[in-house]
Amino acid sequence: MIQLPCPWCGPRNASEFTHHGEVTPRPDVGTATPEEWRRYLYFRQNANGWVDENWYHTAGCRRFIRVRRHTTSNETEATR
Amino acid sequence: MSVGNGSHRAGNRNGKRRPQRYSAFGLFKRGLSRSDWPRVWQERPLKSTYDVVIIGGGVHGLATAYYLAANHGITNVAVLDKGYLGGGGSGRNTAILRSNYLTPEGVRFYDRSLHLYENLASELNFNVMFSQRGHMTLAHNDNSLRTLRWRAEVNKLQGVDSEVIDPAQIKELVPYLDTSTDTRYPILGALYHPPGGIIRHDAVVWGYARAADAHGVHLHQNTEVTGIETADGRVTGVRTTKGDISTPVVVNCTAGWSSLISDMAGVDMPVTTSPLQAAVTEPVKPFLGTVVVSGTLHVYVSQTDRGELVFGASVDPFTSYSMRGSLEFAEGLAGHVLELMPAVSKMRLLRQWAGLCDMTPDYSPIMGPTHVDGFHVDVGWGTYGFKAGPVSGEAMADTVANGRPPEIIAPFGIDRFEMGQLVGEKGAAAVGH
Repeated sequence: MIQLPCPWCGPRNASEFTHHGEVTPRPDVGTATPEEWRRYLYFRQNANGWVDENWYHTAGCRRFIRVRRHTTSNETEATR
Repeated sequence: MSVGNGSHRAGNRNGKRRPQRYSAFGLFKRGLSRSDWPRVWQERPLKSTYDVVIIGGGVHGLATAYYLAANHGITNVAVLDKGYLGGGGSGRNTAILRSNYLTPEGVRFYDRSLHLYENLASELNFNVMFSQRGHMTLAHNDNSLRTLRWRAEVNKLQGVDSEVIDPAQIKELVPYLDTSTDTRYPILGALYHPPGGIIRHDAVVWGYARAADAHGVHLHQNTEVTGIETADGRVTGVRTTKGDISTPVVVNCTAGWSSLISDMAGVDMPVTTSPLQAAVTEPVKPFLGTVVVSGTLHVYVSQTDRGELVFGASVDPFTSYSMRGSLEFAEGLAGHVLELMPAVSKMRLLRQWAGLCDMTPDYSPIMGPTHVDGFHVDVGWGTYGFKAGPVSGEAMADTVANGRPPEIIAPFGIDRFEMGQLVGEKGAAAVGH
């Protein structure tokens, strides 16, 4: 099982976390068109390599954490 | 649609030798002479120009090539695969076929596929071993039972044989299922779909490859695409590890790599890639006559003609391009199977594997043209791509030949995401097979 570096709990099994996917820049609320919102909702880079992701520590500290993970080897490193 | 012997012959121009037809008599003759069988398809040199280049040599790519040749007479076609034919999702799925979906669009589409599968063996002259043994989706709570009833009604309206049955009827069909009420997840009912079943997935790939090859389609294995050339918003060619090809039409029929290939053409995709794991046990005598699926327990079980139990699960809980199996999958799977069928507790797992699934936000595929002229996609097949192989090939061939998608795949265009018109097939496709 892969382990994720939680900044509050230390390295923990991935099964404790909920995957929230790659970090995508949120469009500006004031000016975004419906099409831009839908692109933000649905479209992803889906890169084969290092990706910045949000995870939620469901069975732990219940905080969102940001993890850098390689999507082929599943190696991880903490980003904050 | 005109396919069969006549068009097989018509497709063989340039004095190419027609492949020998398989028959019982031929098998007998071959058995007496003990000579080798001829190669099923030919290795041909990569040309510098093709009318159509199809990326991905699985069931979708080969079916598209076959129907382009058989239905539309377009035979100057190359199918490229970076590995071997049928080595991706086509060889890693659990070979379950069904058409009992939730949305009318989905039911129509998958039912057409099922009908093509029913006639595939005679059309391709290749035994694809389709066994329509029935397909059963279990409900363990009121919510799933309600969705099953909904699906049954949608199915009936579309002319698909599908009904909700109670635990007593389930027990009659599959005596080894634990239908008692004192389990953790008691079985409340099931959606029974008699035309569903299992098929030999490799045979489908080989059958399409052989038939496409007979029409003069070039099949290039170990040929990885490294780039797609575009000019003025049009596709002009494909770069591969074996050389460059100039072509006006590229069809992306890959699974797992669909967003990376689309990236090469500058087309963004609403796709995330996750592994899906499956496993198979040692063979035992036949005891499981239908396909059994449980959405709540994330498991589907069928027994192959050889007697092995094939298990599949839902996709792994995070995105990845890794195709390694994991212990927690095997543990979870075993627990869930025993919950359903305690009698198999002594059976041993032979092997487990993973395949890549391109998930879309609405659990429906992405098919048709893109904003790059000549670049077509047949991707986003999630966990339900294999059962849609024939209809996708037929529809994509139609799209390429006529320049616009046929009505049956109109709801699956990539523009639906920017328009906010999603198809919403999650209720029937999230786990179920």
